[in-house]
Amino acid sequence: MLVAATLAIFVAMILAIIRGISGPTFYDRILAVNMFGTKTVLLISLLGFVMGRPEFLDIAIVYALINFISVIAVLRYSDTNQFKHTPGAEPCNRKSTEKEP
Amino acid sequence: MDIVINFSSGLCLFIGSFLCVSGGIGILRFPDFYTRMHAVGVTGTLGAAMILIGLMLHSTDLLVFAKLVMILLLTLLLSPTTSHVLAKAALHNGLMPKLSQNTLEQSSLDLKSKETASSKF
Amino acid sequence: MKRHTISLFLTLAAFWLLNSGHYSTLMLLLGAASITLVLIISHQMDVVDQESQPLYLTPNILAYYLWLVKEIIKANITVVKHIWLGNESISPTLKTIKISQKTDMGKVIYANSISLTPGTVTIDLVDDEIIVHALLYKDIESLTAGEMDRRVSVLER
Repeated sequence: MLVAATLAIFVAMILAIIRGISGPTFYDRILAVNMFGTKTVLLISLLGFVMGRPEFLDIAIVYALINFISVIAVLRYSDTNQFKHTPGAEPCNRKSTEKEP
Repeated sequence: MDIVINFSSGLCLFIGSFLCVSGGIGILRFPDFYTRMHAVGVTGTLGAAMILIGLMLHSTDLLVFAKLVMILLLTLLLSPTTSHVLAKAALHNGLMPKLSQNTLEQSSLDLKSKETASSKF
Repeated sequence: MKRHTISLFLTLAAFWLLNSGHYSTLMLLLGAASITLVLIISHQMDVVDQESQPLYLTPNILAYYLWLVKEIIKANITVVKHIWLGNESISPTLKTIKISQKTDMGKVIYANSISLTPGTVTIDLVDDEIIVHALLYKDIESLTAGEMDRRVSVLER
């Protein structure tokens, strides 16, 4: 059952990464990355039990904190102009960043 | 006794994996960003809780149990903050949700959110 | 102030003891030293108060948590059902809702409870109004009915 749950988490991670690659807006990508991080925490805990090494749980705790802080840190800059969403155009693409001096 | 614990732990893990895969399907299937956020909410709350409870039933050591409880509490405390920050940033930067009804309310709300956005930043 | 310091000390001590797993004298002394350092720093920063250690919530919070877990399970079942039913079955709604809480703590608990329940997300909180996005119009109706609002207000006193 542990191995089956690990495989299911892998499937959920693959689905999240598909949304992260194809996501139409910038926020979809951050959402997918956040979900990927939450699933990674579960994956690390499950792998710890599969391999019989529950020390992995320490890494899982640290990863949960890092995941939270990374999302907050990216969105800390959400009041800059690069984050403005204009319908029909991809925000944050390379052209708009190159225009910045 | 052992069989009961093994069975309930397996059941919890199964429900948790099902919820996580459902959330993954939801994030691909839903039409816009705000609805996808609800799909991620499923994997973040009950999906994670069920898998961690299943692991708790497996654990024999008190310390391992305590660490699993800690991970569960961290997940439950951090996930509403993350989704709120993400939704607020998206709305204030002009990403309007696709709504099915109450379009009148939407237009009044649009004005209001722009007001708060200009006052905050 | 004294109660809050003791509560913070107990939390930090439990955190250290459960995370370390080594109970030799040296390790326990190092733990005591780091707890003391954290207590001194947090006193210097003036953050040990009602807000960071909300002890007055303790008598009622357990019943609220049980109710919230029940709500979360119900909401999860609904959202998963609508994920498998597809896009035609959902009715995304954005609405401003008045809240009745007076203190900051009550408002934060209410907003976080809404976000924690799948199907509804708090987008913004301005004075005594919150903007909520819901997957189903039904969820907004049950929020405006005020069951959760009433329970958080009971918690606040």
